[in-house]
Amino acid sequence: MAQMNMIQALNSAMDIKLGQDPSVVVLGEDIGYFGGVFRVTDGLQRKYGESRVMDTPIAEGGIIAAAIGMAVNGLRPVAEIQFADYIYPGYDQIVSELARIRYRSAGEFSAPVTVRTPCGGGIRGGQTHSQSPEALFAHVAGLKVVMPSNPYDAKGLLIAAIEDDDPVIYFEPKRIYNGPFDGDPHKPAVPWSTHPKGAVPDGHYTVPIGKSEIVRPGNDLTVVTYGTMVHVSDAAARSLGLDAEIIDVRTMVPLDTDTICGSVARTGRCVVVHEATRFAGLGAELSATIQENCFWNLEAPILRVAGWDTPYPHAFEWEYFPGQARVAKALKTVMEAS
Amino acid sequence: MVAQSRLYVPKTPARPGDAPDFSYLKLSPAGKIARPDAGAPASEVRYLSEGLVRVLDDEHRAVGPWHPHLDVADLQVGLRHMLLTRVFDDRMQRIQRSGKISFYMRSYGEEAVSIAMAMALRPSDMLFPSYRNQGLYFVRGRPMLDLMCQLLSNTRDMCKGRQLPVMYHWRDGNIFSISGNLATQFPQAVGWAMGAAIKGQDAIAVSWLGEGSSAEADFHHALLFASVYKAPVILCVVNNQWAISTFQGHAGGERQTFAARGPGYGIAGVRVDGNDFLAVHAVTQWAAERARTGQGPTLIEHVTYRAAAHSTSDDPARYRPKDDYQKFPLGDPVERLKNHLIALGEWSDERHKSLTAEFEELVARTWKEAVSYGTLTDLPRLDPGLMFEDVFKEMPEHLRRQAAELRDEMAGN
Repeated sequence: MAQMNMIQALNSAMDIKLGQDPSVVVLGEDIGYFGGVFRVTDGLQRKYGESRVMDTPIAEGGIIAAAIGMAVNGLRPVAEIQFADYIYPGYDQIVSELARIRYRSAGEFSAPVTVRTPCGGGIRGGQTHSQSPEALFAHVAGLKVVMPSNPYDAKGLLIAAIEDDDPVIYFEPKRIYNGPFDGDPHKPAVPWSTHPKGAVPDGHYTVPIGKSEIVRPGNDLTVVTYGTMVHVSDAAARSLGLDAEIIDVRTMVPLDTDTICGSVARTGRCVVVHEATRFAGLGAELSATIQENCFWNLEAPILRVAGWDTPYPHAFEWEYFPGQARVAKALKTVMEAS
Repeated sequence: MVAQSRLYVPKTPARPGDAPDFSYLKLSPAGKIARPDAGAPASEVRYLSEGLVRVLDDEHRAVGPWHPHLDVADLQVGLRHMLLTRVFDDRMQRIQRSGKISFYMRSYGEEAVSIAMAMALRPSDMLFPSYRNQGLYFVRGRPMLDLMCQLLSNTRDMCKGRQLPVMYHWRDGNIFSISGNLATQFPQAVGWAMGAAIKGQDAIAVSWLGEGSSAEADFHHALLFASVYKAPVILCVVNNQWAISTFQGHAGGERQTFAARGPGYGIAGVRVDGNDFLAVHAVTQWAAERARTGQGPTLIEHVTYRAAAHSTSDDPARYRPKDDYQKFPLGDPVERLKNHLIALGEWSDERHKSLTAEFEELVARTWKEAVSYGTLTDLPRLDPGLMFEDVFKEMPEHLRRQAAELRDEMAGN
């Protein structure tokens, strides 16, 4: 076991796969010599060479399309899009191509591409470095969509994504790259070494795609969340002294309905929390699924806590971000409903 | 022996620890490239995309057919604008380090591109800049105070707190809003120019992006639409050699000049010394005349150097030699225009020094006023409720509800 932050954990996952499997390649902007703007690919080009860890032109459509072509030819590309906010020039290749190659060729062709991309706010990045566009991908049939909330899961999920025979869109909540974040920007930063999930095995292991995790068991209500908001939700529940069950969704597609609905059926109360905009966000899918499965067990309406339905505003970052106060208010409302 | 394909990887000439190496840069001596008539068809001016238009020679004289013969007063204005831009950038960079603003991007080393071009254009021409064109604002007369207030996201911020620092806009000055996403403005400028042609306007559109961004599909959309509709537009690739850590070879610069993308689309392409104020001015005049007389678009490649870091989030010492810029063969745009004016007997080191001091004082004084309208951390502060405005022209019900929820949240309810 080693202590790792998320950056080191992701780096370790790619290092292991590049070392084990000659078909794995990594490509993206500034990811080679420089090691990536967040240092996630640091040292990989030096170790595995310029043909396997490739600096690319600034062309997200080109990066995704080239990754698809390589994958069709038997490689397992891991493409980095520098910020999720920059993924849209590649959206056509992801939605119209990557997601459907297996389907339209009746299984004769497939493209096991992993697309890694940092997402989320809390770093004063303004509207072009803060977005959480996971719902735009979860809505597309044929894409697996994941987002880890800690170093242990980050490494295990990335190895699982690279080994998966289907395309995986892998979101990395950049606010928690270096440490868990409870939503209070005025507190000093906390490193991952203070968190049990900062302990990461050096070698190969996987965290299965399609499995959510109960990160904190409880009986009062269920909070269904993912990414940075796992930590914010946990802090909010603790601040209220609630015995909340916190579920880290981890994989949005395919969704682990059993774990999520099993919990809500037991607690009878549920709040869904994400950082992305609320309208038609993943929270809508989660709430609908829970309602369909747990209606007769529910003691209160399911509430959603999310980012406001505006672009991410630079100066109002902490009024935009769904922090502890907004989460706590929803938890209280759901607990007080009779 | 069987021939086998091998993946080719573009070479980066020098990394940290190496001696700077600019042997890859194809240069032409000042004054050597012929200046064709502005009405010449694109097919006859292909050579402009291969050579390098230069006016200022090594003795600081203006020579050759592209010499724009500007008044001394204009040259001095150009120098003032470039110097002010540089002093402003330096100060804002230092202020970012002190934490008062969240982010900054300097245009150090590239000042001539924005300043000479804006001076060669008309105020009615519409500009679609990238994030390293702040000089346009100085030429067009936007008060420096307004730029500072945007950087601070304060109560006088033109963007109402919504944009990262440097993502300015100015409708009345005909400068479009900066996106933050790369290259998107390029085909939009073409569309604006098509609109001007549809409406019979005299104005033209001008846009800039970096050589790295020319890899985006939007660059190619721009060239195609500009070519198909002969749009009255000037499209500029600012080849500053570096896209963050990535050398221009990775954007395709090893094979062909960026200006040569133009002829590929049937568009005139011109490669110009981007650190030569006179050459940039002359080439802009030529391209603008083409656009205004129905000859359509021109693609200009400005060969320059990003002397600063990409942004305050970047550290170039990690990926290029520390003294790279000192060895750049095209020198520094401010120094070159200054030396030209000195050679003309119209400037001196003393005047330069005192003007620099005057600008430093002006920037410091303006900054004091700017922070009095608030900073990200000090009052007064913009009303966070502003974030819900301008999502749509009329605020829909769900946003009204969310705005009310935020008010409650801020009141502690």
